[in-house]
Amino acid sequence: MPRGAFSAIGAAAALSIALTSCSSSSGPVSSTGAAGASGGTLVVGVTTDPDTLFPWKATQFQAVNVLTNIYGTLTEFDKDLNVVPGLAESWKPAEDGKTLTLTLRKGVTFGDGSAFDSKDVKHSLDKIMDEATAAVARASLSSVKSVEAPDANTVVLNLIAPDAALPANLATVNMAMLSSDDTEEKLNTTPNGTGPFLMKKRVASQSITLARNDKYWGGEKPKLGGVEFRVIPDESSIVSAMQSGNVQLAVFNDPLVAQTAQGGAITVAKTPQLNYHALQLNATHGELKDLNVRLAIQCAVDRKQVLDTAALGEGEVTGPITSPVFKSDPQQRPCPTRDLAKAAEYLGKAGKAGGVTIKTMVSQGEYATSVNEAQNLKAQLAEAKINLDLEVLESGAFVDKWVAGDFDAAVALNGGRPDPDGMYGRYFTSKGNLNKVAGYSSPELDKLFAEGKATTDQAERKAIYAKVSAELENNAAWIWLFTGYTYTGTTLQVKGFVPMASGSLQYLRTTTLS
Amino acid sequence: MLRALVRHRVVWRVAGMLGTLLGVAVFVFVTLRAIPGDQITAGLGTEAAALTPAQREALERYYGLDQSPFTQFFSWLGNMFSGNFGYSARSQQSVLDLTLHSLPVTFELAVFSIVLALLIGVPLGMLAASRTNSARDALGQIVSLGGLSIPSFLLATTLLSVLAASFGFNPNGQGFAGPLDDPLLNLQQMFLPALVLGFGIAAPILRTTRTAVLEVRSNDFVRTARAKGVPPRRLQVRHVLGNALVPIVTMTGLQFGYLLGGAVVVEQVFSVPGIGRQVLLGIQQKEYAVVQSTVLVIALAFVIVNLLTDLLYRIIDPRVRAS
Repeated sequence: MPRGAFSAIGAAAALSIALTSCSSSSGPVSSTGAAGASGGTLVVGVTTDPDTLFPWKATQFQAVNVLTNIYGTLTEFDKDLNVVPGLAESWKPAEDGKTLTLTLRKGVTFGDGSAFDSKDVKHSLDKIMDEATAAVARASLSSVKSVEAPDANTVVLNLIAPDAALPANLATVNMAMLSSDDTEEKLNTTPNGTGPFLMKKRVASQSITLARNDKYWGGEKPKLGGVEFRVIPDESSIVSAMQSGNVQLAVFNDPLVAQTAQGGAITVAKTPQLNYHALQLNATHGELKDLNVRLAIQCAVDRKQVLDTAALGEGEVTGPITSPVFKSDPQQRPCPTRDLAKAAEYLGKAGKAGGVTIKTMVSQGEYATSVNEAQNLKAQLAEAKINLDLEVLESGAFVDKWVAGDFDAAVALNGGRPDPDGMYGRYFTSKGNLNKVAGYSSPELDKLFAEGKATTDQAERKAIYAKVSAELENNAAWIWLFTGYTYTGTTLQVKGFVPMASGSLQYLRTTTLS
Repeated sequence: MLRALVRHRVVWRVAGMLGTLLGVAVFVFVTLRAIPGDQITAGLGTEAAALTPAQREALERYYGLDQSPFTQFFSWLGNMFSGNFGYSARSQQSVLDLTLHSLPVTFELAVFSIVLALLIGVPLGMLAASRTNSARDALGQIVSLGGLSIPSFLLATTLLSVLAASFGFNPNGQGFAGPLDDPLLNLQQMFLPALVLGFGIAAPILRTTRTAVLEVRSNDFVRTARAKGVPPRRLQVRHVLGNALVPIVTMTGLQFGYLLGGAVVVEQVFSVPGIGRQVLLGIQQKEYAVVQSTVLVIALAFVIVNLLTDLLYRIIDPRVRAS
């Protein structure tokens, strides 16, 4: 019997030698299973495949990136995050602001060939507003009373009150326009949108392949024959796959990985993100109810130091609003630079000259820098007699407590949005659906957010949101720290891709592969 | 009488296996629910805070979270018996389909790793035992120390990065190829992960081989065989190794069982769509049915491998048969 076993091992040995010898002969192989058509197939490296293909429920970064390329929305963002026409060619609010009339683009078809018209828009918006659908963007339509479709190319939104943020709110893939003939069940497996690419093939946990939509409505047709999102779970392994020429584009989260990727055949572009790192304070809890305690924290933190020690200095110190158009000036806040004397003064005013203890939760593993940020904040605040009692939680536990608003303070990386109303209206208005998480609201803020919604003039809106920003900082609602970068790695063959602050891969439609 | 006894033992064996599996099922079920969060928060993240109560109810109904834990457990277990392993909303596939794709991948990787581990471990173990406390023994010690102490993720990442950056060699960067689609590419993609895993497993095999060989060599029959003039090579392989096989097989079987569930890290680094990654994704997404069913399949495989190892003793060692 041992003899038999040995001959088997011998055969295996021969096999493994054969393997090593043949493996050296294989160089980089260009994308397999390409869409065939001109333009070639671009391979995008992603760490996981989408957790859903249904656009109204997709919040995962990878899912949003795939679906953005398949589905169309009424409005869109351009590369600078200005709202531009999408499936709606134009829109016009009524004099009193109580209706918004959208004129739809003609000749648009869904991937399955059926025509897109106002019936689909009404169906989609009604469904998103229906709680039974559990669409994540439902709250963005809270100002919409009803939707009418007077003719095939016109849609009228009847509003409860004027809403200047509405056009921007319509631009996310969570507001994707679906065909009225489709159901969620069907779209879960066979997406059907009006976007620049069509779903071609999915191998669960391995890849999703899209093919160019030749009937795409845009003036500029997509140039790539197709796009393959290839799952490579480890970011470092994606870098290796780019170096060997198997993957041509990838978005990295980890600044360290981005650093190792840069050089040779890979270019890494840095884009400041809309997402922001903050120390969230819950002003309805314990010591933090006292404005002076919150201001003491505001003054005792050197934000640049947090950024440098926790995140390799990769980012920018930020105020509340991060979108380029409405950006807050980080110098306009109480104690723009660290001021321990001021902090002590505020603590004294609060009657806590002896110091305070704040329970602070932080997630482990949700994003790379979380615990380091918390530890730096703890060290800095300790010098101001503010003791952060850190509770490090597994990310599931963190999200659970965050969602329930069950914390005093939290070190968090929150998502930003292009429009400041969409970004903070839900947090800092007394009726906002995330107000219990934000833990702060005031009549002034309610008034300012309402004004911002009622004004369509861009310059006036800017002034209003500057006031919102000041109100948030002067009351130290939260401690805004910094924004990081999105790192987009491309190989030399990739041309025409434009990275966006939202991290969106929408410009795959203008990308070429040489 | 004897037949009844054997039957009795087989019955006990099977009962033990079923008991183990039931224990695993209960344990996984309870642990999963003890982890904070559910499929809704795992999918939506902090965005789940914006759900209205009615929206949350709709989602709970969709994911079957509105059922009581007892109903969830028994309906899942009952379905398992009828071949329905549950459904993965994330990948829009039944868990059975997912497992039928991922289990063979991991099985191939495990077999490949074990073969490499045996190729490294057994000869080196014999070599080390052939003269204790010599240079060749030290070599064996160094290799086994390396195998035990270099973490697989480090070795895997280093191998991958160096080969890709310096030689542009990275078969794993291409989409995964099944052994039937493209056997050559498949073997290339399996080689590095198998080498990393095999190197780690070679260490205990090497040590076991060394100890077992030393022990067998001290037996009288070896001296007798040598006195009878059996050629040294034949003596080493046939008489010494042959009799040292039982502990080596035990160790190999044990490692193989672990590989079926424990290759997660290496599968992750080399993008091998095996069963370890299926469990990991299931846990990340809190897809209870995926994790429960997959872990049960892994446990079943482990139990079967153990059973086969026991049977193998009887074949390779007549002494076990006699007792």
